[in-house]
Amino acid sequence: MTIADQVTGSTIAGTADAKSAGRSLRAAAPAMTLPAIGERELRLDLFRGLALWLIFIDHLPPSLLTWFTIRNYGFSDATEIFIFISGYTAAFVYGRAMLESGVVIATARILRRVWQIYVAHVFLFTIFLAEISYVATSFENPLYTEEMGIMDFLKQPDVTIVQALLLRFRPVNMDVLPLYIVLMLALPLILWSMKWKPDVTLGLSVVLYAVTWEYDLYFSAYPNGFWAFNPLAWQLLFVFGAWCALGGARRMSRILASPVTMWISIAYLVAAFYVTLTWYVPQLSHLMPKRLEQWMYPIDKTDLDVLRFTHFLALAALTVRFLPRDWPGLRSPWLRPLILCGQHSLEIFCLGIFLAFAGHFVLAEVSGGPVMHALISLSGILIMWAVAWVISWYKRVADKSGSKTKSAIGSADMAGGG
Amino acid sequence: MKAKVLLSLILLCGGFAAPPARADDAAPAVPAAPAACELPPYLLATESQLHKVADAVKAGKPLEILVIGSRSTTIPASEDSSYPARMQAILKEKLPPSEAVHVSVEIQSKKTAEEAATTFVKLMEAKRPTLVIWQTGTVDAIRAIDPDEFRGALTEGVAALQNAGADVILMNLQYSPRTETMISVPPYLDNMRVVAQEHDVPLFDRFAIMRQWNDQGQFDLFSPSRGPELAKQVHDCLGRALAQFVIDAAHLGPAQPQN
Repeated sequence: MTIADQVTGSTIAGTADAKSAGRSLRAAAPAMTLPAIGERELRLDLFRGLALWLIFIDHLPPSLLTWFTIRNYGFSDATEIFIFISGYTAAFVYGRAMLESGVVIATARILRRVWQIYVAHVFLFTIFLAEISYVATSFENPLYTEEMGIMDFLKQPDVTIVQALLLRFRPVNMDVLPLYIVLMLALPLILWSMKWKPDVTLGLSVVLYAVTWEYDLYFSAYPNGFWAFNPLAWQLLFVFGAWCALGGARRMSRILASPVTMWISIAYLVAAFYVTLTWYVPQLSHLMPKRLEQWMYPIDKTDLDVLRFTHFLALAALTVRFLPRDWPGLRSPWLRPLILCGQHSLEIFCLGIFLAFAGHFVLAEVSGGPVMHALISLSGILIMWAVAWVISWYKRVADKSGSKTKSAIGSADMAGGG
Repeated sequence: MKAKVLLSLILLCGGFAAPPARADDAAPAVPAAPAACELPPYLLATESQLHKVADAVKAGKPLEILVIGSRSTTIPASEDSSYPARMQAILKEKLPPSEAVHVSVEIQSKKTAEEAATTFVKLMEAKRPTLVIWQTGTVDAIRAIDPDEFRGALTEGVAALQNAGADVILMNLQYSPRTETMISVPPYLDNMRVVAQEHDVPLFDRFAIMRQWNDQGQFDLFSPSRGPELAKQVHDCLGRALAQFVIDAAHLGPAQPQN
């Protein structure tokens, strides 16, 4: 069980310890303002679960289901949601740990979490190696002799594997976890600074973002190029999530509630939707002013383009406004699968990447029809749900049979969100 | 009042109905293409024009086309079936019989856009083509070249070709479903679209076209077959599509509106 589960899960589990833990934490949290305790923030789980499903679908070849993913309706996509919520939950959990047990203990806990994510990444890389080796030995269509050049790295496994362990060699679709590892490594510093002055920390993060854009800073990759998600830019979302978790969200509530914010957000989302529409309906593109196009394109994902960031902000503002924390739908059985997946995000994220690999494989080897495609997407989501359910069940059982004296904070690590 | 509404409705319907009708008119003049090559018209639509090609054909001058590409421009051991050769054959069929069409191919295998672009000045002096079709992006995607650098190289390359007095068509990557999990293609496709737009150059969207064929079941691009048949058929269709694209972008078609 996560600390969030323990502290706020009383509505689900109804345990007595949760309430007592909630009381003690409330008493111990004067420096940073932490979110109100006693009510689980199911919206976070819901949207992280949704992000995980969308990432899975986006990693499969395009199909009918792809049209349900948000990247087709605006600039930002599931990655933004995922990183923001990860920053939020990580700050929530480890911020509390830092207040209660001090900087050293909290840092140690964060590092243990980083290690878990690293191991998960290496595990996925192994699966990728198996897949690519198979394709290299069995696929020799003369149409694609050039594309097969990507297999050249198999000729130097010594270098490639070491570079992969250093996070410098990352195959396609394996960019999110390294980004997350770097962000989590920076978390002790971020939290320590937030403890001192949250607004200054956020300001520094904005400065780093601006400097990254101005001086074109990046993380280099192997054999050449750079990280597909630049941590120096994406940290902005992560830190912003942390800032919101540590009281920023509450301080912004007046801005969020104002109708001006709402209308600006709506206008921006509609405009973004229209721009996206021109990508798919080329007939519309002559209605786009050329000047605007030249200013706007390309909308850079690597460095988290400002247009993407603001698009996410607009989405988040509307979500917070129209989906209140106590919305009864959050308890409906229909959203249970999403929430369950969101509560075990690291496991489900890795599973999603693996299932996407497996899905590609089945499409290539068995059949590539649209029916098969839909079947793969749906069964992938069902598997994600089932595994999330099993993990929940196991944790519940383990928590019951395990030592009851173990404090909620003892198992906080799993709540860092992967 | 009623009449006004009715009239505007009729005009509106007429407006919608007109473009398909024009396409139908054009159909009988075109030699029959294999059903597998069929494409929705929007994949071959472009607003950019090939003025120099149009002028050369109108003046009855020979049409010299240079294809600069990487290895996906050829089929190993079957040069005559690759898309440049097929395009030449189709263009000869479709253009007036008096028009001389010559396609030459410059393969720059394993070269990035930047490396290829450095050769353009000399190449253009030697060949003096009316039209250059520059197929690029694959090597850059495989090597994960910085998309900004890629865009810079494209811009320079296109400018060099245009300065040498040629029309330019950009051709993007192949749709390669097997390597989709290994090569990140979207940034390169996006940058090619941007550069094409900035320089008012037609972009032949090979990626979208091949994906269309695969999705509609016209070709199974997942096929692991080692024989050259699939490659030959795909290149034949690409050559046909490209020839049609050139004719449309230069407004040489029989049913093109005069403007």
